[in-house]
Amino acid sequence: MIDFGYTLTRDRQFDYDRGDLRYYRLVRSLEPSIDLCIGCGSCSATCSAAQFTNLNIRKLHTVIRRGDTTSIKAGLRKCMFCGKCQLVCPRGVNLRNLILALNRAIEQLG
Amino acid sequence: MEHSVIVIGGGVSGMTAAGMLAQQGFNVTLLEKEAETGGHAARWDRLFPDRKKASEVLDFIRKGMSRVKVITGITVVNITRNDKEFTVVTRGQVADGGSQMADIPHPASCIPHPASCIPHPASCILLATGYELFEARKKEEYGYGIYNNVITSAELEDKFRSGSPILTSEGKPPARIGIVHCVGSRDEKVGNLYCSKVCCVTGVKQAIELKEMYPASEVFNFYMDLRMFDRHFEELYYEAQQKWGVSFIRGRLSECAENPDGSIIVKTEDTLTGKPLKMTVDLLVLLTGFVPGRGMASISAMLGLTTGADGFTNSADSHTLNNSTEIPGIFLAGAVKGPVSISESIADARAAAIQIEVYLNSDKPGND
Repeated sequence: MIDFGYTLTRDRQFDYDRGDLRYYRLVRSLEPSIDLCIGCGSCSATCSAAQFTNLNIRKLHTVIRRGDTTSIKAGLRKCMFCGKCQLVCPRGVNLRNLILALNRAIEQLG
Repeated sequence: MEHSVIVIGGGVSGMTAAGMLAQQGFNVTLLEKEAETGGHAARWDRLFPDRKKASEVLDFIRKGMSRVKVITGITVVNITRNDKEFTVVTRGQVADGGSQMADIPHPASCIPHPASCIPHPASCILLATGYELFEARKKEEYGYGIYNNVITSAELEDKFRSGSPILTSEGKPPARIGIVHCVGSRDEKVGNLYCSKVCCVTGVKQAIELKEMYPASEVFNFYMDLRMFDRHFEELYYEAQQKWGVSFIRGRLSECAENPDGSIIVKTEDTLTGKPLKMTVDLLVLLTGFVPGRGMASISAMLGLTTGADGFTNSADSHTLNNSTEIPGIFLAGAVKGPVSISESIADARAAAIQIEVYLNSDKPGND
């Protein structure tokens, strides 16, 4: 094929119909409180790692629910497991166990 | 002679106030344009947040109405004032005691005729004319009236109430359902800046009811804010997430399209992640908001009442004289003043009834 020098930019949008929901389903079975998030941002505001890295724990578990798993591994590496996110969550989401469940999902699903 | 009160509007507010005033000994006539009283509530199945049957609420209100003279199927064509007395002229009632719908509600078109135009004397008038539901076709980008699998929340209630199965237009149980908040509300593009307030909790309630009916289905609510303003509402939202696994996506739908199989593609921004999102749903429910009642514009004109920029009728003071108007003897109750829940309508109607009682008794000796 002739290379005309053009490239295709990958679509940024979530296509929920094609999303990979295996991680979400597994994490949800291990930590059902993932569904209780109201997106307030308390967890990401208090996050120790977020002061020094681009980890956004609220976004991380939101994109997983949308079927986007591309940022899980990099995100988990930045987490220091301090648990402040869980202390401040107004809905009682068990974020420490959520992180453990995500690690478990990566072990099982790759 | 006891005072006569005319209540215009036979929905929850009008029925409640009429019943209370009649029980206090006033001569109360309730005028309703539809063939039956009950208003919008007669269409609803179960009410938020406790899922009480709407029919039970109406039955309760009707029990208090035994002394109310109810006239249905008529339209108010003129209201005149003579000092402290009013005359309400209605059109549409036929001489044999039955009733019919009037098709021309303009006062100028009414020629007094014993069989069609009837004057009703009143010392006091309560306007409980209510609201209409936003016409979902105006949000053309959502495809209501174009795509068969886009329905309104009112139509969903009809199905719940009648017990008819909720299926796609292809006759299949929906595997994925979208519920769209703020349709016709908080939207300058349709001329409605205000929040209709009860749609949020209705969307949560209907999501739970759909999950009860189809536990294996996925239900997504698309919202801008979730305004769980009253007691037990936030708990219902929590229950929807925790017990029923309803998903909430923060973002206003931009547009819908139809697949060849009749399913609907919805597009929105998932504003919590900052990315556009699209998904296919089998059924899309539009939570249509409140708009001012159509008949109220002509009644306002007859009386010289003012409306706000939102089109709802102004009270004399929104804090302290919320059931009164600038005109002595004309009172307001319920959704004529803007969006309200059914429990708020009942409370507001009772408040209006007490205000009317105080007003009518003020000219008795010994009262101020």
